[in-house]
Amino acid sequence: MSYLAKPKFHHPALPENTLGYTRRDYEGAISTLCAGCGHDSITAAIVEACFELSIAPHRVAKISGIGCSSKTPTYFLGNSHGFNSVHGRMPSVLTGASLANRDLIYLGVSGDGDSASIGLGQFAHALRRGVNMVYIVENNGVYGLTKGQFSATADDGSKSKQGVVNIDKPIDLTALALQLGASYVARSFSGDKAQLVSLIKGAIEHEGAALVDVISPCVAFNNHVGSTKSYDYVREHNIAVNRLDVIVGRTPITVDYEPGKLELVQQHDGSWLRLRKLNAEYSVHDRRAAIDFLLEHEAKSEIVTGLLYVASDKDELHADLNTTDTPLNALSQKELCPGMARLEEINASLG
Amino acid sequence: MKLTDISAPDYFHKVVDCQWACPAHTPVPEYIRLIAQGRYTDAYMINWRSNVFPGILGRTCDRPCEPACRRGRVEEAPVAICRLKRVAADFKDDIRDRLPRPTAHTNGKRVALVGAGPASLTVARDLAPLGYDCTVFDGNPKAGGMIRSQIPKFRLPDSVIDEECGYILDLGVTFHSGKRIDSLKALLSEGYDAVFIGSGAPRARDLDIPGRKEAAGSVHIGLDWLASVSFGHVTSTGRRVVVIGGGNTAMDCGRSARRLGGEEVSVVVREGFDEMPAASWEKEALLNEGITISAGLAPKAFINEGGRLTGLLVEPVTTVTENGRSTFVPTGEPPRQIDCDEVVIAIGQQNAFPWIERDIGIDFDKWDMPVVAETTFASTHPKVFFGGDAARGPKNIISAVAHGHDAALSIHRLLSGEDIGERLLPHVQIESEKLGIHEWAYDSEVTLDHRFPVPSRDNKTALKDIRTEVELGYDPALALAEADRCLNCDVETVFSGPSCIECDSCVDICPMDCITFTENGEEQELRLRLRVPALNPLQDLYVADGLKTGRVMVKDEDLCLHCGLCAERCPTGAWSMQKYFIDMTHAGDTCPTRSR
Ligand SMILES: Cc1cc2nc3c(=O)[nH]c(=O)nc-3n(C[C@H](O)[C@H](O)[C@H](O)COP(=O)(O)OP(=O)(O)OC[C@H]3O[C@@H](n4cnc5c(N)ncnc54)[C@H](O)[C@@H]3O)c2cc1C
Ligand SMILES: Cc1ncc(C[n+]2csc(CCOP(=O)(O)OP(=O)(O)O)c2C)c(N)n1
Ligand code: SF4
Ligand code: SF4
Ligand code: SF4
Ligand SMILES: [Mg+2]
Repeated sequence: MSYLAKPKFHHPALPENTLGYTRRDYEGAISTLCAGCGHDSITAAIVEACFELSIAPHRVAKISGIGCSSKTPTYFLGNSHGFNSVHGRMPSVLTGASLANRDLIYLGVSGDGDSASIGLGQFAHALRRGVNMVYIVENNGVYGLTKGQFSATADDGSKSKQGVVNIDKPIDLTALALQLGASYVARSFSGDKAQLVSLIKGAIEHEGAALVDVISPCVAFNNHVGSTKSYDYVREHNIAVNRLDVIVGRTPITVDYEPGKLELVQQHDGSWLRLRKLNAEYSVHDRRAAIDFLLEHEAKSEIVTGLLYVASDKDELHADLNTTDTPLNALSQKELCPGMARLEEINASLG
Repeated sequence: MKLTDISAPDYFHKVVDCQWACPAHTPVPEYIRLIAQGRYTDAYMINWRSNVFPGILGRTCDRPCEPACRRGRVEEAPVAICRLKRVAADFKDDIRDRLPRPTAHTNGKRVALVGAGPASLTVARDLAPLGYDCTVFDGNPKAGGMIRSQIPKFRLPDSVIDEECGYILDLGVTFHSGKRIDSLKALLSEGYDAVFIGSGAPRARDLDIPGRKEAAGSVHIGLDWLASVSFGHVTSTGRRVVVIGGGNTAMDCGRSARRLGGEEVSVVVREGFDEMPAASWEKEALLNEGITISAGLAPKAFINEGGRLTGLLVEPVTTVTENGRSTFVPTGEPPRQIDCDEVVIAIGQQNAFPWIERDIGIDFDKWDMPVVAETTFASTHPKVFFGGDAARGPKNIISAVAHGHDAALSIHRLLSGEDIGERLLPHVQIESEKLGIHEWAYDSEVTLDHRFPVPSRDNKTALKDIRTEVELGYDPALALAEADRCLNCDVETVFSGPSCIECDSCVDICPMDCITFTENGEEQELRLRLRVPALNPLQDLYVADGLKTGRVMVKDEDLCLHCGLCAERCPTGAWSMQKYFIDMTHAGDTCPTRSR
């Protein structure tokens, strides 16, 4: 946490993206989180991902709940739309916004308390409905904002800063998301920026419900020996199944690759994902195997990271509901409110 | 690449770009902070110790520090380091009680100093307080060397020279004014324990082209002419004056002529405008006074009519530079005449030592320059030392001062029976700047202000009298604003790998993308692999290990703002902000550090 604003000066050789922006143009206000918070690293990764994808900031809506994690949208994309909602309610606010204006890119930002405790129901339904969004959980295993109580993702056996051992079973949000039908599921770590940036980029490019569960150490309450969400513990137990490069653009890929090492996956919006496999057996197309893999490694206290699953078929809320292609704010009064006669027609058709 | 040894005093000294570039290594950021605090006297004394002539240099220094200043890499213009020095001199209190007192007892050793320019005066300043009996000789009536005789009064008033030379002469130094030394052999025979030669580079180059002899009465040698102007022997010029030459002396000649009756003054140079050796600010000041610069013209002949100079014939040329040497090739356009009443020649300056016998053990090289050792400034005669323009050819005041410090150190070691080649490392005082979680002992906030121009008199007043100083200097409010632009490059980012948890906070917060955690590699390749490639080879990479992942921390020092945000963000104190006060060793300083 700094009191001074970051100086406006930037490196004169800082690269610009196709919109003519530098990475610095995607920053927000200075973070007020604790120095060293993993959430700040996720903020930086979001900034980097949006910069690299040349996203126009006014095309993004950032929506969050309550928690340190949910405060972070203030610290990135200072020129985007934002809504800081109530505890655990980010998914429904986001769903509503998405239904009203399908043209924006939705970044849902939440915490493990916000999503796995109070907001678990909202989490589940937004994913199973296939809302087109990037759902980022900044997962530190505690309620950071309220001073470090265990959250529902804390592992059993993990020790609190005061030495209390957690005895409840943890919720694995990625396993849950796989089961609920999310069409892009990934897990990453605040301490691995390169992996995190590419997984967020892939999620932004993905059309449908994309979950990125980011283990994000809380330096104030959950970064001690005995914690299973500390920088050291996660680094030691991290099993990355693949590394992802996002290839934007619709041109067919001509890169040579060694079979079994590199895999090219085309998403249904046409963008390409290039995966460098670290585990030759792991497949990102098999939902059931992915759940098994997660459970198997969890039993060994290993934390699986990387792109865990990406659906080959499109499953997206607007398509399911057959909504109009035009955002509601671009429709005229006449189209939005077609009048009594049409209402009666509809009512009659229901009869 | 090799890990950085931050205990080597040069490592962080180089990061303080201005101090590193200053020949006398003045602790610039320290005095700028003191100015910001209104502690002008303290700021003056820091300067006085390092560069001896703060009031003089604050008006005239060649300022090698400014092109080096980090601020100039971050935005358009460097900090006005030089003119801030003047602020310290202008607003200080009486400093006499802070100066060393003349020693009551001499140590019995006698040192003769030839010339009373900045080089000799620095030697005297360093040696007199240690008890040396110093005697300075100069052919001129007053002390100061070319500061007194050549630099025009509208840039540097006599009162400032009197004051700062006075501080030195009052240390118990004997000054024989109006006394030229005609024989070094004779001087040595007077039994001095050491002789310092700070006689400058007093000979100007003439221009031997047709018509020179006939025009003799109206053609002047710039160096001598300026001295005559300074000492009041020349008080007027013709209406139309041409100055030949493109260096700082030519600029001073042009501006002087403009004040002595020259209504149409033009400067003729062979080089192109941008290649002229004069400092950009000198050119600017000249143009501002309505003087023209005619670039790319080579003088061919003086035109005399009826026994009177009427013009200068010039031929258009272009500059061709090969292997660093410039030649001037005619463009083919016809020569033309510039009408004028007087011409001043300012095309270069040389050394001349007619008064040094060649058989007394002092070796001269093929350019007839004395052979002088690199750091000790010793000649081939065990008792004779050189410094300033006499040692290395015409340069500037601050170099003369730096030579003076080094030579004084040599003389002191010699006369103390020590090896003159052994020099002490600079004294480094390290101080943590941390006061609280968000509180630093220095003003870490970075202002976005651009450089503030120095207020000057308008031309109408400035051109009326050649003794009227043009620049007014900053007032305290402007000085504070300008001082605020300094980035405190002496407050160093110091890293401790074992404390780091690799959370990336410092990487993310750094406004200049200085910090990268990565695998080590060869420097060339590593430079390209950083968050923003480090393409300025003059600036070091700070490489440190001790990280759990086995990576290294690499910091590109090039554009660091010293804002301290990395240290403020670091949860473990792996980064700390530490002030490095680096003080060069002068004669008589004892410091416990290892020798170089
Ligand atoms: C016109 C002009 C403008 C300049 N402007 C600047 C400027 O703005 N900033 C800057 O940094 N530098 C400037 N310089 C350069 C600067 O003046 C010199 O580099 C500096 O003064 C050199 O110092 P010094 O001690 O080596 O010798 P000098 O200053 O040259 O002093 C040598 C002294 O030795 C005396 N002397 C010589 N021979 C003998 C002898 N045999 N016996 C007794 N006395 C002797 C001379 O009379 C003279 O006083 C300028 C130079 C000129 C010519
Ligand atoms: C309805 C409601 N219940 C409880 C709270 C108190 N509260 C604020 S933040 C928080 C937990 C946040 O935890 P998490 O989402 O993990 O965020 P973190 O601070 O750890 O990033 C709680 C319980 C609240 N603000 N609103
Ligand atoms: S910013 Fe200040 S400390 Fe840094 S080089 Fe410039 S004057 Fe010196
Ligand atoms: S002080 Fe630290 S944060 Fe500031 S520019 Fe330098 S390295 Fe970056
Ligand atoms: S902020 Fe501190 S602990 Fe974190 S990476 Fe930087 S130096 Fe290491
Ligand atoms: Mg939490």
